Amino acid sequence: MTTEAATIGLTHGGSEDTGLGHRGPESKSIVVPYGFWLFVLSDMVLFSALFASYGTLVQATDGGPTTHQLFHRDLVAVETIALLLSSFVCGLAMIAAKRANMVWTQAWLIMTGLLGAVFLGIELYEFASMIGEGAGPQRSAFLSSFFTLVGCHGAHVTAGLLWLGTMMAQIWAKGFQQHIVRRLLCFSIFWHALDIIWVGIFTIVYLIGTL
Amino acid sequence: MTLFGRLTWDAIPFNQPIPLITSLVVLLALGGVAVWVTRMKAWPYLWNEYITSTDHKRIGIMYIVLALLMLVRGFADAIMMRAQQSLAIGASQGYLPPEHYNQIFSAHGTIMIFFVAMPFVIGFMNFVVPLQLGVRDVAFPTMNNVSFWLTSSGALLVNLSLFLGEFARTGWLGFPPLSEKAFSPGVGVDYYLVALQISGVGTVLTAVNFVTTILKTRAPGMSYLRMPVFCWTALASNLIMLAAFPVLTVVLGELMLDRYLGFHFFTNDGGGNSMLYMNLIWVWGHPEVYILVLPAFGIYSEVAATFSGKPLFGYRSMVFATLTICIISYMVWLHHFFTMGAGGDVNAVFGIASMIIGIPTGVKIYNWLFTMYGGRVRFTVPIYYLIGFMLTFVIGGLTGVLLAIPPVDFVVHNSLFLVAHFHQVIIGGVVFALMAGYTYWFPKAFGFTLDERLGKAVFWCWFIGFHLAFMPLYVLGFWGATRRMQHIPDPSWAPYLNVAFVGAVIIGLGIVLTVVQLLYSIKTRDQRRDITGDPWDGRTLEWLTLSPPPHYNFAVLPDVHGEEAYWTRKQTAIKMDQLIAEPDYKPIEMPLNTPTGIICAFFASVCGFAVIWYIWWLAVLGLIGAFAVFVWYAWQDEHEHIIPVEEVRANARERRRIRMEHLHELSQST
Repeated sequence: MTTEAATIGLTHGGSEDTGLGHRGPESKSIVVPYGFWLFVLSDMVLFSALFASYGTLVQATDGGPTTHQLFHRDLVAVETIALLLSSFVCGLAMIAAKRANMVWTQAWLIMTGLLGAVFLGIELYEFASMIGEGAGPQRSAFLSSFFTLVGCHGAHVTAGLLWLGTMMAQIWAKGFQQHIVRRLLCFSIFWHALDIIWVGIFTIVYLIGTL
Repeated sequence: MTLFGRLTWDAIPFNQPIPLITSLVVLLALGGVAVWVTRMKAWPYLWNEYITSTDHKRIGIMYIVLALLMLVRGFADAIMMRAQQSLAIGASQGYLPPEHYNQIFSAHGTIMIFFVAMPFVIGFMNFVVPLQLGVRDVAFPTMNNVSFWLTSSGALLVNLSLFLGEFARTGWLGFPPLSEKAFSPGVGVDYYLVALQISGVGTVLTAVNFVTTILKTRAPGMSYLRMPVFCWTALASNLIMLAAFPVLTVVLGELMLDRYLGFHFFTNDGGGNSMLYMNLIWVWGHPEVYILVLPAFGIYSEVAATFSGKPLFGYRSMVFATLTICIISYMVWLHHFFTMGAGGDVNAVFGIASMIIGIPTGVKIYNWLFTMYGGRVRFTVPIYYLIGFMLTFVIGGLTGVLLAIPPVDFVVHNSLFLVAHFHQVIIGGVVFALMAGYTYWFPKAFGFTLDERLGKAVFWCWFIGFHLAFMPLYVLGFWGATRRMQHIPDPSWAPYLNVAFVGAVIIGLGIVLTVVQLLYSIKTRDQRRDITGDPWDGRTLEWLTLSPPPHYNFAVLPDVHGEEAYWTRKQTAIKMDQLIAEPDYKPIEMPLNTPTGIICAFFASVCGFAVIWYIWWLAVLGLIGAFAVFVWYAWQDEHEHIIPVEEVRANARERRRIRMEHLHELSQST
């Protein structure tokens, strides 16, 4: 046991200092985000299986359209900018929430949601036009895996928007209570994680697909 | 489109006497239980103490009750299969038509893995892990309740297929293209898919919960290398769950998209690739084996140390072996389909990886042996299971190593040899551990021990029954008997199949005796009370508290010294002939009960049922309901209540008084 550890309260009645996690249960402000990170991790595994499916089936076009014929980089660029900006704004909302500033928190959260909706709108437009051209998910295994991978991300964004709306209402009605701020933190983890996954989709699906 | 999708009166099996009569019997039994509970006026008790409870111990007990109920269902399937194979030989066709037989073996596997082994193991983790870590509950108590009810929802849907419609005929893993719409147009595969998706969500939430609990909430002084081995194995198992179950969600989801929306993931046409299914399902499926067997190893470790009166031999090597298995478990999945064209090089890599798992497992076997060696072994029921396990599991492991050799696998794959192998490791490894754990922790849960004599009878039934039931299958496998045969063409196999049937009957007797043991022990509970909370002279923290423990487990979180938290404390107390000084009691904050779990599972079941039968409006209603529950729960402010310090102090003092008496007895005896 070091004296330094003792002064910052890292010790407990009598036991030797043993390293990690010996202080007793962590507080909720640690435990809740930690658990949420683990959930996000499991979500990443979920997407990795979808990426694996896509990678396996991307050539299986069954004589139908290929990645080169379907994807438009400009559209995806706008989409990507909207989503990344949304994440940035979500970070600003977190700063405002930390300062318990109701107006700015709500404003940034609305912006987060709007940018997310723009992203989703473009994705739906892309899906609709592809289906209109006869390149729907039933056309080939490649398109099945494409719609599932990108659509699953889109479904996550949709769920995120629902969650965001609920959070905004909660903050409005109840103010910055500890457990509500904790949830907002989890939301922002979720929202950033969706960005990470999108970067993967952007690279593996759209960039490599249009090379 | 009709109001009820494809659900019509034809769904009820009026023309099939076996499912019809079974359904009626089950309905009568359920009705009888409901009437009995009502007459006992026990609904409020059940509602408050179990159904809505966030107490990890109560949730653990509910998991185990679910597992035991499903064990009866899964066993009924097993004995029907054995009977069919004993009867349908040569000219006879037996009593089960092929389409029914196929449903039975599919249901047997699905139920035994997902709704017996999984809830049983998760039940023990729930009950034991927080107690062993010296804390008051899991990290997310409400989510824990939700997990349980989602698992139950899956179990409900699988069993509903008996009454309404049919179950899958595609085996317990539903391989395409057979499981595709073109070849399995009925509701069977949909029951399978939807049930597993719902329970799978529950399992992922459980994994999040337990990894967080073990890594972030432990008693002061409980460093990693002081955690009991059961906690280590639970950690490894939950890490695997966290990383493997999402893959199951994906692969079943993709099959659902194929079936419901005409996608082409695994179809024969449109560029689909059914090998993708094989890979993904086994990337989940092989780790699943270790999800089950690692906590089983943990139980054996606890049992070996306690009943040998010695610390576990090679604790650190045990931890290391556990985590090695945890990691390698991801690297062997291809050995489930050596014959499906991966080529010699790939097969060799996966064959060697599979054999490597034998090394840490061997380390564990030696550790248990050396724990017993030189110890004062008490031959209680759990020790019987431990020894029975070591004898059985080593043979099962060796046949596994055989199967891991690709050329051998080409000969015996898909045969009864394989069936015998995996039953040997799952019954000999997992089920024996569960029965050992059931006997070991029962007094902690209910405050009295189970009858020892009947417990030993149950053990012998399982042990002898297992060997009679499965050893003949190894022989038949070598002779070329493939698995899942509804009709046996070769009459010379009959004697072996008959022995196997007798074995299954003996296992059945064991299950009946388990029920008898439970009832008899309840009846004679006053003679077998566990007053001290430490009936086995245990070494880990769950034996520090009362039996059954108070809701909050420990009045004050124990301060852990040394590797064996409770043993160290107990020995010090015996030597000093006094307990540690009375601590400063504080009020305790505990989570409130919540109906969130059961409401959530209600909507999940409704939604799942609607999806299976194409009742789309109901599915939408179910989803809206689920979202409403989510918002409603999130809107509440109070999720905890405070237990006043007076209550805590009074309970703790009573506990100390009993401990003191016990301590004097112990110090006089030594």
